[in-house]
Amino acid sequence: MTTPEATAEHYDVAVIGAGVVGCAIARRFTLDGARVVVLEKAAEVLDGASKANSAILHTGFDAPVGTLEADCIRAGHAEYREIRDRLGLPLIECGALVVAWTAQEAARLPALIETAHANGVTDVAPLSAAQARALEPALGPGVAAAFRVPGESLIDPWSAPHGYLAQALLNGATLRCEAEVHGGVRNGESWRLETAAGPVSARLVVNAAGLFGDMVETRLLGAATFRIRPRKGQFVVFDKTAAALAGHILLPVPTATTKGIVVCRTAWGNLLVGPTAEEQEDRTTATLDGPTLARLRARAEEILPALAGHEITAVYAGLRPATEEKGFRVRAEPAAGYIAVGGIRSTGLSAALGLAAHVRALWDAPLRPIADPVWPAMPNLAETAERDWQRPGNGGIVCHCERVTRREVEAALTGPLAARTFAGLKRRTRVTMGRCQGFGCGAEIAGITAGRLAVPMLPRDGDE
Amino acid sequence: MSEPPPRPAPPTPHAPPLAETAAPPAQAAVGAGAVRGCATPTHDLAIIGGGPAGLGAALEARRLGLRVVVLEREAEAGGIPRHCGHPPFGLREFGLPLTGPAYARRLVAATRAAGAEIRTHTAVVAIEPGPRLVLATPHGVDAVDARRVLIATGVRETTRAGRLIGGTKPGGVMNTATLQGLVYLNRQRPFVRPIIVGTELVAFSAILTLRHAGIRPLAMVEPTAHVTARWPSALLPRLLGIPLWRGTELVAIEGTERVTGVTLRSASGTRHVATDGVVLTGGFRPEATLVRQSHLTLDPATGGPEIDQFGRTCDPAIFAAGNMLHPVETAGWCHREGRAIAARIAESLAGALPPPEPALRLRPADGVLYAVPQRIVPDARTTGAIQLRAAAPVRGRVVVRTSASVRGPAVDTVPERRILMPLATIPPDAAGEAEIAIEPDGRHR
Ligand SMILES: Cc1cc2nc3c(=O)[nH]c(=O)nc-3n(C[C@H](O)[C@H](O)[C@H](O)COP(=O)(O)OP(=O)(O)OC[C@H]3O[C@@H](n4cnc5c(N)ncnc54)[C@H](O)[C@@H]3O)c2cc1C
Ligand SMILES: Cc1cc2nc3c(=O)[nH]c(=O)nc-3n(C[C@H](O)[C@H](O)[C@H](O)COP(=O)(O)OP(=O)(O)OC[C@H]3O[C@@H](n4cnc5c(N)ncnc54)[C@H](O)[C@@H]3O)c2cc1C
Repeated sequence: MTTPEATAEHYDVAVIGAGVVGCAIARRFTLDGARVVVLEKAAEVLDGASKANSAILHTGFDAPVGTLEADCIRAGHAEYREIRDRLGLPLIECGALVVAWTAQEAARLPALIETAHANGVTDVAPLSAAQARALEPALGPGVAAAFRVPGESLIDPWSAPHGYLAQALLNGATLRCEAEVHGGVRNGESWRLETAAGPVSARLVVNAAGLFGDMVETRLLGAATFRIRPRKGQFVVFDKTAAALAGHILLPVPTATTKGIVVCRTAWGNLLVGPTAEEQEDRTTATLDGPTLARLRARAEEILPALAGHEITAVYAGLRPATEEKGFRVRAEPAAGYIAVGGIRSTGLSAALGLAAHVRALWDAPLRPIADPVWPAMPNLAETAERDWQRPGNGGIVCHCERVTRREVEAALTGPLAARTFAGLKRRTRVTMGRCQGFGCGAEIAGITAGRLAVPMLPRDGDE
Repeated sequence: MSEPPPRPAPPTPHAPPLAETAAPPAQAAVGAGAVRGCATPTHDLAIIGGGPAGLGAALEARRLGLRVVVLEREAEAGGIPRHCGHPPFGLREFGLPLTGPAYARRLVAATRAAGAEIRTHTAVVAIEPGPRLVLATPHGVDAVDARRVLIATGVRETTRAGRLIGGTKPGGVMNTATLQGLVYLNRQRPFVRPIIVGTELVAFSAILTLRHAGIRPLAMVEPTAHVTARWPSALLPRLLGIPLWRGTELVAIEGTERVTGVTLRSASGTRHVATDGVVLTGGFRPEATLVRQSHLTLDPATGGPEIDQFGRTCDPAIFAAGNMLHPVETAGWCHREGRAIAARIAESLAGALPPPEPALRLRPADGVLYAVPQRIVPDARTTGAIQLRAAAPVRGRVVVRTSASVRGPAVDTVPERRILMPLATIPPDAAGEAEIAIEPDGRHR
């Protein structure tokens, strides 16, 4: 056996971080012909900022005009639409309504529509309060005016990045979990990265470490050009019985600091309200707060009064990798073989594919794209298309609230991107994520997964 | 028994207009249209859910000669008792203190012996007028047409999310039912020193379950000043040396992978307690998604379907029984109720039930959390009772306020305890709207 110090596996590109941004970048470089390794600190992918968001595929209508962010959202949105059929990814083209609830808010709508036009989103249409109500009859009293953004859509926030990464892996990329990058040195043409899983060498390092982007940059370059200031967002998710109450994504008039409280469906047929925007120092823990959740529920019931009486299925919180500035913090030093994709704050799910293309273009090394890449078909969990439970041979439903079949669970536990933690299994299948939160199936899932996850669902016997 | 004309049977002229109660079935699209079949009913009665209520109904329906099918989504029928590995179950039905699983096996065996068909791994995913049930099976989507349907899908406990508990989301937070599944079905031990939240009867189920697994709970916490369950269960924690912290609320859970502690709040302030698990007990709510997504009327007070004293919903071909109607009763109660409602279903098939309208509509008012049935149809033979629950601890008397005020039983009660008011006390011709309330007698409990 060789010691880790002796040999470093060699790659063209090392992507640090398997969030949605890292997954998209790994896919882009792999398809373009690079040998890629993805180095992820956690035991499972999508364990940072990308584990919890609103799941909206933005058009970029409200992005700051002329910025990299606006460009990447536009390009990302377009590429998602282009590839999603081949990857089996859902797209719920519901459109959004930006709703003004006061005269002051209504007065700001024309400027927002202008911004949309400047961002190339030209199909936005102003609506009177009555027109808005005709489109969304469940809206509560007090609507002043609105406008419609047809292109705003909903996606599955996990099947998309899983799909990007799965395609990278099937076409030759390598994934190393529990491989935190501790540091690295540049030796001539390549980097030698020290990771928790041994050394790795690569010609280009892409720092896509999300909430830890500045720390990774400091570890590699000695200092960082940006500082992450995590911004927490809490959500309340209502039961699927509530989803019929909102057709569109219901957006508020944004403020300077936040997009505000959104009410929208999910691809899985729930209805969510959130997120809050709360600055904090902690980069790993997004703590829920009971009173805040109660306020979110109350706000949702103002927006859609018929929500009162619908059950709450889930509550969750995510952390945005915000920085001291608003925009994306991309730092490219091609000569030093380093690109940082930092501060991908609140639009990373939409912008990821666009960012990946942008980063690829920043590296001028000649590559030969794969002529005929493999396209994995991601399992569909969206309510808008056929689900596994509707097909024969599914092994029966294991999780009834989310109608997850035994075959789906088995599939998620195998393959190149097999679930390694229970959270990972939930993101791949939605088991126990429904209204009963495991009341009915928790024990059965614990039985199926026993001994099959890198991090077990229950403490191992004797772990006490 | 005389057979009514085959379906489509014209609804009685008094039947509530379905169109008015029909909500857009949010997900009907998933199942609807997926199956095209003939609508000739293959069964007299299709029962959704093979718990004590559904199995009781199947047994009685067979006894009365109906063609019955029980549709159960789990691998085995039996319902909640399947994983309550402790006694006492079945005193009423079998005269023995059985464990839950033994009780469930007996119920299933008795129902099968009576000739009822039980289809397991069969989840009903939509209830449609007809009635037609859309099914999810290991072989894909299917459907059943029956002349009558009984909904007996039971209850579940309020989750951590539904309680809006703050903190992080580590493993080791679960409802009693999950705990019981882990301990009795899987023989797993999810934690060693958890806290138990709630003091409904099911919390004592949790204590027994933990004991079975050799787990010593740290404490039992109850937000109110009262223990909800009745004596003698309420003595159990003391007998077992488990501290009971009243007036204490769980506000946050801590830990990343596993629970490491909780934050509790009481009159004396907040404090942190180290613990490795949280068992959230009770807060029962009907498993009523199917009802919400159907054309049936839901009672916001119970969270289950609105019924009359025959268990009949607003669609006269669809009935409901068991804990689905009233969170929450014991297994024996639900079984007996299932049997009683099956007899009413047989009468319905024979055209022997009075029309659903006119009816007296009961609305819970002062001090009453819910009351079942919500509609009372004039019926000369009326036996049985209105079941209700108090919203808060109270001493006083139940009253039904129609044109006159009808005095019901005197009560001295806390929430979650069964209160019965005999239907016979309601004037047989009462119709229209009525309130059911508890008038306090001014004395403190
Ligand atoms: C509340 C909320 C709502 C949102 N809503 C939307 C929305 O509707 N639409 C939208 O487009 N976007 C939305 N976003 C934004 C989107 O979720 C983020 O922009 C995106 O997830 C950022 O992804 P990332 O890959 O940059 O970071 P991350 O997901 O954090 O990925 C970074 C990865 O790097 C790993 N890592 C860190 N340090 C190291 C190291 N030293 N070595 C190895 N690996 C390391 C981490 O473990 C992590 O997995 C929302 C975000 C939040 C929080
Ligand atoms: C954790 C817990 C502990 C309890 N402990 C006790 C106790 O110790 N003693 C006691 O007397 N009572 C106890 N109870 C109360 C218990 O609910 C009743 O005893 C009894 O099980 C209720 O009977 P049921 O038939 O109404 O519902 P359930 O027993 O809940 O049965 C409902 C059945 O319907 C099935 N079902 C649900 N939806 C569908 C669908 N869409 N399609 C097909 N099938 C479906 C379910 O799988 C289940 O088998 C406990 C309850 C809980 C939750």
